[in-house]
Amino acid sequence: MDWILLLEQCLNGLQLGILLFLLAAGLTLVFGIMDLVNLAHGSLYMMGAYFATTFAGWTDSFLLGALLALPAALLLGILVEVVALRTLYSRDHLDQVLATFGLILFFNELARIVWGPAGLDLPLPAFLETSVELLPGVPYPAYRIAIIVVGLVVAGGLYALVSHTRVGMLIRAGASNREMAGALGVDIQLLYTLVFGLGTVLAALAGLMAAPILTVQTGMGETILILAFVVIVIGGIGSIRGAFVAAVLIGLIDTVGRAFLADLLRLFLANQTAETAGPAMSSMLIYILMAAILAIRPQGLFPPRGR
Amino acid sequence: MFRKLMGLAAAGALLASPAAADKVKIGFVTTLTTGAGVIGRDMRDAVDLGLDHIGRKMAGLDVEVIYEDDGFKPETGKQKTEKLIQKDKAHFVAGYIWSHVLLASYKTAVDADTFLISSNAGPSQLAGKLCDENFFSTSWQNDQTPMAMGEVLNQRGVGSLYVMAPNYAAGKNMVAGVERTYKGEIVAKDLTRFPDQLDFSAELAKVRAAKPDALFVFYPGKHGTQFFKQYQQSGLKGTVPLYSVFTVDSMNLPLLKDQAEGSLMTQFWAPDLDTPANRRFVSGYREKYGRYPSFYAAQSYDTVFLIKSAVEAVNGDLGDRDGMRAAMRKADFESVRGPFRYGNNHFPIQNFYLRHVVKDADGNFTTEIVSTVLENHQDTYAKDCKMSW
Repeated sequence: MDWILLLEQCLNGLQLGILLFLLAAGLTLVFGIMDLVNLAHGSLYMMGAYFATTFAGWTDSFLLGALLALPAALLLGILVEVVALRTLYSRDHLDQVLATFGLILFFNELARIVWGPAGLDLPLPAFLETSVELLPGVPYPAYRIAIIVVGLVVAGGLYALVSHTRVGMLIRAGASNREMAGALGVDIQLLYTLVFGLGTVLAALAGLMAAPILTVQTGMGETILILAFVVIVIGGIGSIRGAFVAAVLIGLIDTVGRAFLADLLRLFLANQTAETAGPAMSSMLIYILMAAILAIRPQGLFPPRGR
Repeated sequence: MFRKLMGLAAAGALLASPAAADKVKIGFVTTLTTGAGVIGRDMRDAVDLGLDHIGRKMAGLDVEVIYEDDGFKPETGKQKTEKLIQKDKAHFVAGYIWSHVLLASYKTAVDADTFLISSNAGPSQLAGKLCDENFFSTSWQNDQTPMAMGEVLNQRGVGSLYVMAPNYAAGKNMVAGVERTYKGEIVAKDLTRFPDQLDFSAELAKVRAAKPDALFVFYPGKHGTQFFKQYQQSGLKGTVPLYSVFTVDSMNLPLLKDQAEGSLMTQFWAPDLDTPANRRFVSGYREKYGRYPSFYAAQSYDTVFLIKSAVEAVNGDLGDRDGMRAAMRKADFESVRGPFRYGNNHFPIQNFYLRHVVKDADGNFTTEIVSTVLENHQDTYAKDCKMSW
C-alpha cells in the first residue's frame, strides 16, 4: 500500500466531506428545527453556483462573485421561505415532499430558461488553479485545499454561533422542543426565516465552491442531495456536530472505497469481475453504513438532546 | 368528473382513425432534459437542418419528426419508444445517445417491425449477436473509435497507459476497444460510477501514483467537461498526456477553451472533413445556430438522409419495408463522412481520423483532422452477427 496515495485519498475524502457538511448543515437545521423536509435544498445549492458564476462574470473576479452570491442566496432563501414554505409547516411530511419536489422542478426549469441548457463554467483565478506540494513529490490541487480550509472555518463559525451565542441558544432550543421555545416567547416565525436563510447560504456556499470542480448546470443539486440526506440521518437530525462527523465519514468512505475497493476485490476475485464490482460496491458502502447505524442507533450518532 | 374526462379522452383516441400513410413519421428519442439535454438539442437542431435541406419532403411525402425525451434513463427511453411505435405509428425510430438506453429500447422496436436507427450509441451487442434486419446505425460501433486511439498510441510509442471510463455499456466497450489494439502495457483501469460520479479526484490521484506514459479516457457529455477541469487542476497535465474519445465535443469546447487546446482524440468525422455534404452541413449549421455542430449532430443529420434514401427508393410506398431495407443497406446517400458502405450487421465500414483541438480564425475552439488512422474499418463484432445479405 502506498501511504502517500492513501493520504491523498483521505484529503480528497475530507474535501468531499466538507462540501457535504455545508449542504447537510443547512438541511439538518431546517429538518431538525422547522420539521420541514426540504427536497429543494439541492436547488439552492445549484442556485448558489449559478449566482456565483453570473456575478463572477460581471465583476471579472472569482472572489467578488462568491462574496456577492452569498447575500443573493440569503435573499433567495428568505423569499422561498416566505412565499412557498411558510404555509407548509403545519402540513405533514408527504405534502412537504411534494411541494419541495415541485420547487426542484421550478428551479431547474428557471435555470434552464435564464442560463440555458448548456451549463456554465466558473473559472478559477490563477492562484487557485495550480497545485501545491504538500509533501515533496505530492502535489495537491490548491483549490481543493482552499475548500477544506473554508469548510473548516465555516464549521468552526457555526459551532461558535450555535453553542456560544444567543441566536444559537434559540436554535438549539428550537431543535430540542419547538413548542416550549414558542411558549417561552421566542418568535418562532422569525427564527424559522433566519434558520432557513442560514441554511440557504450554507447550501449556496457549497454550490459555489463545487462549481469550479464540477460544471454549473441544472440538476446538479439532486445527486449530492441524496448524500446529504444520508449524512443527516447518520449524524442525527438537527445536530450540526453530527452532520460534521457524518459528512467527513461519508466523504472518506466514499472516496477511499472508490479508490481502493477494486484493488482489494482483485485479491480474491477475477480481474474482470473486480473491475465492475468495485464501483458498484463502493456506491453501496455508504448505504450499508446508514443501514447499520439505523439498526444500532436509529436516532443517529449525535441526536440533539431533549427529544 | 376526472374519470368522465378520461373516458371521453379515451373514446376520442379510439374514434380518431389511424392516419393514412400520407406522411413519413420519424420518432426521435434523445435526451432533452438533465445536464445531457444539450446533446439532445444539438441532435434535434441537426435533424431540423437536414429537413430544411430536403425541403421537408421525402419522395413527395411530408415528413413529421416526433421528438421524445429519454431523460437519460433506460426505462424512460423504452417507454418513449413504445409510445412512438404503438401510439404514433412511427415508420422509423431514430436517435439514442446512450448505449444503455438503446439496449433497453431495442427489442421493442425491432420486434414491432419498425426500423430502428441509432444516431449515436453503438453497443457491441447490437453489432454482434443481437444484430437485426430492422436496426441500422449512422454512427459507429463503440469499440471502433478507441481502437483507432490504440493505434495512435502505438504510433506515438506510448509504453504504458492508464485507462478511465464510466461503468456502463459504452464505457466497457471503449475500454475493450483500446485494449484490443494498444500494444503497450495497461497499468491500471478505473471504471467509475455512472452517471452520478462527477468528481474524479480519487482516480486522478491513483493515476499520479501509477506514473503511466499516458492517460486514456472516455467521458461523454458533461462528464467530459468536469474531467478536463479536474485533470487540469490536478497538475497532471504536464506529466501525463491525455488521449480521449468522445470526451471533447463542440458543446463543451466553449466551456473548456484553452484547457483543451492541442488535446487529441479519434473520430469518424470532423467539422473540417472535406466532403460536399459536410461542407453544406457545417456551414448551414453554423449559419442557422451560430455554433459548430458536434459529432452527435453530424450523425443525426446523416440519419435524415439515410431515411430519405429509403423512402425515395420505394417511391414513398412506406409499406414496402423490404424495399426500404434493401435501399438503406446500399448507404446510397451523401453522408457527411463521405461515401461508406454497411457491413452485414448494418454498422458503417468507415475511416477513423485523429483530430486535435485548434482555434479557428474567429477565435472559436474547434477540432481539426491531423491524420487518417484507420481506413475502411469494420467493427470486430460483425463476425458474431448471423445476418447476411
